[in-house]
Amino acid sequence: MKQEPIKTEAIEITYREAVREALRDAIKRDERVFLMGEDVGRYGGCYAVSHGLLAQFGPERIRDTPLSESGFTGAGIGAAMAGMRPIVEVMTVNFSLLALDQILNTAATVRHMSGNQFGVPLVIRMATGAGRQLAAQHSHSLEGWYAHVPGIKVLAPATLEDARGMLWTALEDPDPVLIFENVMLYNMTGKLATDAGPVDIDKAAVRRPGRDISLIAYGGSLWKTLEAATTLAGEGIEAEVIDLRSLRPLDDATIMASVAKTRHAIIVDEGWRTGSLAAEVGMRIVEQAFWSLDAPLGRVCSEEVPIPYPRHLENAAIPQATKIVAAVKAALGRA
Amino acid sequence: MVEFRMPSLGADMEAGTLVEWLIKPGDVVKRGQVVAVVETQKGAIEIETFQAGRIDKVLVDLHSKVPVGTPLALILAEGEEKPAVATAVPPPAAVAPTAAPSLERPPMAPARPVSPVRPRVAPGTQVSPAARRLAQERGIDLSTVTGSGRDGAITYADVERRAAEVMAPAVPVAPAERKRAPTLDLGAMRVAIAAAMARSKREIPHYYLEHQVEVTACERWLAEKNATLPPEGRLLFGALPIKAVALAIRRFPAFNGFYRDNKFAPSPAVHVGVAISIRGGGLAAPALHDVDQLPLDELMRQMRDLIQRTRAGRIRGSEMSDPTITVSSLGERGVETLYGIIYPPQVAIIGIGKAVVRPWVIDGAIGPRSVITMTLSGDHRVTDGHAGALFLAEIGKLLQEPEKL
Repeated sequence: MKQEPIKTEAIEITYREAVREALRDAIKRDERVFLMGEDVGRYGGCYAVSHGLLAQFGPERIRDTPLSESGFTGAGIGAAMAGMRPIVEVMTVNFSLLALDQILNTAATVRHMSGNQFGVPLVIRMATGAGRQLAAQHSHSLEGWYAHVPGIKVLAPATLEDARGMLWTALEDPDPVLIFENVMLYNMTGKLATDAGPVDIDKAAVRRPGRDISLIAYGGSLWKTLEAATTLAGEGIEAEVIDLRSLRPLDDATIMASVAKTRHAIIVDEGWRTGSLAAEVGMRIVEQAFWSLDAPLGRVCSEEVPIPYPRHLENAAIPQATKIVAAVKAALGRA
Repeated sequence: MVEFRMPSLGADMEAGTLVEWLIKPGDVVKRGQVVAVVETQKGAIEIETFQAGRIDKVLVDLHSKVPVGTPLALILAEGEEKPAVATAVPPPAAVAPTAAPSLERPPMAPARPVSPVRPRVAPGTQVSPAARRLAQERGIDLSTVTGSGRDGAITYADVERRAAEVMAPAVPVAPAERKRAPTLDLGAMRVAIAAAMARSKREIPHYYLEHQVEVTACERWLAEKNATLPPEGRLLFGALPIKAVALAIRRFPAFNGFYRDNKFAPSPAVHVGVAISIRGGGLAAPALHDVDQLPLDELMRQMRDLIQRTRAGRIRGSEMSDPTITVSSLGERGVETLYGIIYPPQVAIIGIGKAVVRPWVIDGAIGPRSVITMTLSGDHRVTDGHAGALFLAEIGKLLQEPEKL
């Protein structure tokens, strides 16, 4: 990953603000860029990401839409095909299913269906993940489903740098790019360089080097995985943590290089276990790095239930650092 | 650029250990030159190159055990320039040096880095892929490794530990000792014989024929001939049947060659394997080459040399793998009749018993004559008893005119 090193001063910033800075930067850079979605204008976005942007850029650039995901996603596709660079915000991935026909049957296929006459340079941002007690209709992690679809790219920014830098690179892509922002990250604070800028969107990143096991995670699970790695280090287990960043395409080279070194891998994925992105990553490891493996692969995924409302059940349903630690110890025979 | 590969020195050879390089990079080699010594279950064998040229690169380290077919060295043909880009040669896949051949083991795969040989391990033992690969790279026999993983699985670390143990005693070996002449490992040879003979009896439907041949003419001719020769040049009786077999093959080519992949391929050349017993209980049957073309005195000279070298444990690779038919004789101290077991993939073995004086009917009168009992063990997949009988009779007929051999 070629993130800009922090060479000037860094400022304290939240993930939410980093996304907002990315939006502000894109709207300023390119007059074809506009943001469209439910409550993105007057309300400032359901997660307050676009707070203040309507006042700054006006209703032409920050457009409130009716509660109709299929309608405004389709409008975004049309605008993109006609030469604009729309950013469509969908409140959560659960609601994006109302727009699934537009995303899968139109956005992902138009270049192929038109014999390369039309492309859809559209960016769709949406929130994903559990942990805020929003219950089963607002808390799922379906980004793995989108990663199944050829014709689109699927990103999962987990760091401030990626929240700030992935949007512009995605807007420059000639095809649809979906950006999944985990709801638990919006309040995350950290230092970000004031001159942080665009980053690549096709490479995984090693967030913590280690020799004993590769922990492959993305999005909100990255931080739980890093927490687990810190715990494990206290017990003499050096875990290497990989942030996938891009779920489609997957950066096989970074994954395999890590597994070849550590010979063990656990995949952490907030999606449900069956048919998960974790399953895809695991299968690729078996296909490409089988002879490097020293133990069965492992997965830490969500339990196969609709995400529960009560906090203790919600926490129990999704990956947590303690579960990751236990999985690592089992894989290394230290359980 | 030609790859000089680990040759197959017999039907059951799967791998060999390189114990001596007789060349170094830069050396010019001739076709047929002995370039290396390989330790197999049959003992140390000198292997020759069939490519003349200059040794460019040696690819396998001393004392590494590699499967048959593994490139050992690169040879530049005469006049050939070294290519700008080095030829990609897959690293040799080592095999466990202590692994005794097992009849139950599947055939070893050719050296391919992505398809490591299957290491021997007790059924039910779990071995991680990484551990398997490491064992293969380090030549560790997995049956000697204790597993520490989940459910006793053998892990990478377990193999590493074992490799450290195995390597430790090897360090103090003095260079002088390493260079000592390779010796025969009779235990390994017994294992190899067991494997080959069991395979033969399992796969080859033998038929057996016996024929008595009067050899008085041979003995008389030999006595006259040897009277004029210095002791070291004298002909032994054993050379005559070998030559007779080789000549008879000209009319019966179906007994000379190899049965492989469900079909017989006759050999245009006649390389007679000579069963040679080794003190202590070993047995080898290396080849005398092109026996049908050799004058008797030359055949005798080569036979002496071969026997001497075999007993010293220095057989050439081509001598081990080339025999197209075998002749076994238990000599003067032996018995009257012996039935051999065919050495696969050959299809026939001739047994020569010791000469005994018997009452024999000649021209209606009984007289004492020297007689040998000659047997044929034939592969019924290739020939029938009728052809075998004619073959034996032809050998007997040729022995009646030893001066023409």
